[in-house]
Amino acid sequence: MSAEIRYISKPHPLTGVTNSKLGIWCFLASEIMLFGGLFSAYILLRTGVSNWPHGSQILNVPLATLNTMLLITSSVTMVMSWASLAMHNFGSYRKYMAATILLACGFLVVKAFEYGVKFEHHMFPSKSNFLGIYFTMTGLHVLHVIGGIIVNTYLLFPGSKMWKTNPEQFMGRVEAAGLYWHFVDLVWIFLFPTLYLL
Amino acid sequence: MSHSAEEVKKHVRTYVAVFAALAVLTVVTVAVSYLHLPTAQAVTVALFVACIKGALVAAFFMHLISEKKVVTSILILTAFFLVTLLILPQIQ
Repeated sequence: MSAEIRYISKPHPLTGVTNSKLGIWCFLASEIMLFGGLFSAYILLRTGVSNWPHGSQILNVPLATLNTMLLITSSVTMVMSWASLAMHNFGSYRKYMAATILLACGFLVVKAFEYGVKFEHHMFPSKSNFLGIYFTMTGLHVLHVIGGIIVNTYLLFPGSKMWKTNPEQFMGRVEAAGLYWHFVDLVWIFLFPTLYLL
Repeated sequence: MSHSAEEVKKHVRTYVAVFAALAVLTVVTVAVSYLHLPTAQAVTVALFVACIKGALVAAFFMHLISEKKVVTSILILTAFFLVTLLILPQIQ
């Protein structure tokens, strides 16, 4: 009996997509509900009080704008790394993937600086509902960024050996990692105005 | 979606255009926030811009615009539950 997972390179005849793509989309659907629950909690906290602080009074909008640009750019470099493989250009794939990882690290550096300034001013999650939900939502998002960096680094270095042995499956992996990474970008697109601008 | 090299070259142009749109919309949403509109209007504008940005990422970077029905069906079901989750705390 074979233990291999079927339809990871070729589309499954019933669904029309590879099982890996179906898998990553089911995972992302569960992620939407995870962050959705936190957005729901945010709405409950905010509508439950008469005076909710404006994000810009507490948080650093220019730094968050910079971080938004970093993540948006990393989403483009991620999709370009996949497109490079589709055009059979492995060198270009490595450059774009490295850029994606560096931009993600840049995001973390800015975020660490932001957190550091908050802690210096003794602004901890326990101080207020605003800071509580801010640290919970951005903290979970930061964990997702770290997860993305780990996966992408694997696909840039040891994992990229698969390009020689099984290019189709490797492209599928890069595409799945890309879908995850765009989701992380998507969450930030909503977190940024919700927490910083309103 | 198909992955032929020629088609991907066309996609690359789209990616660059989407990137430019995302950058412009980010500047717009930050600029609007400095106008200090009343809360209801500010929320409407910010969410409207965020939804456009989100739709651009999902449609073009995540290729949802040309994705198979099985994937879009899963997401429509998820969207239903997400909206329910967001409306629940607002019921008086």
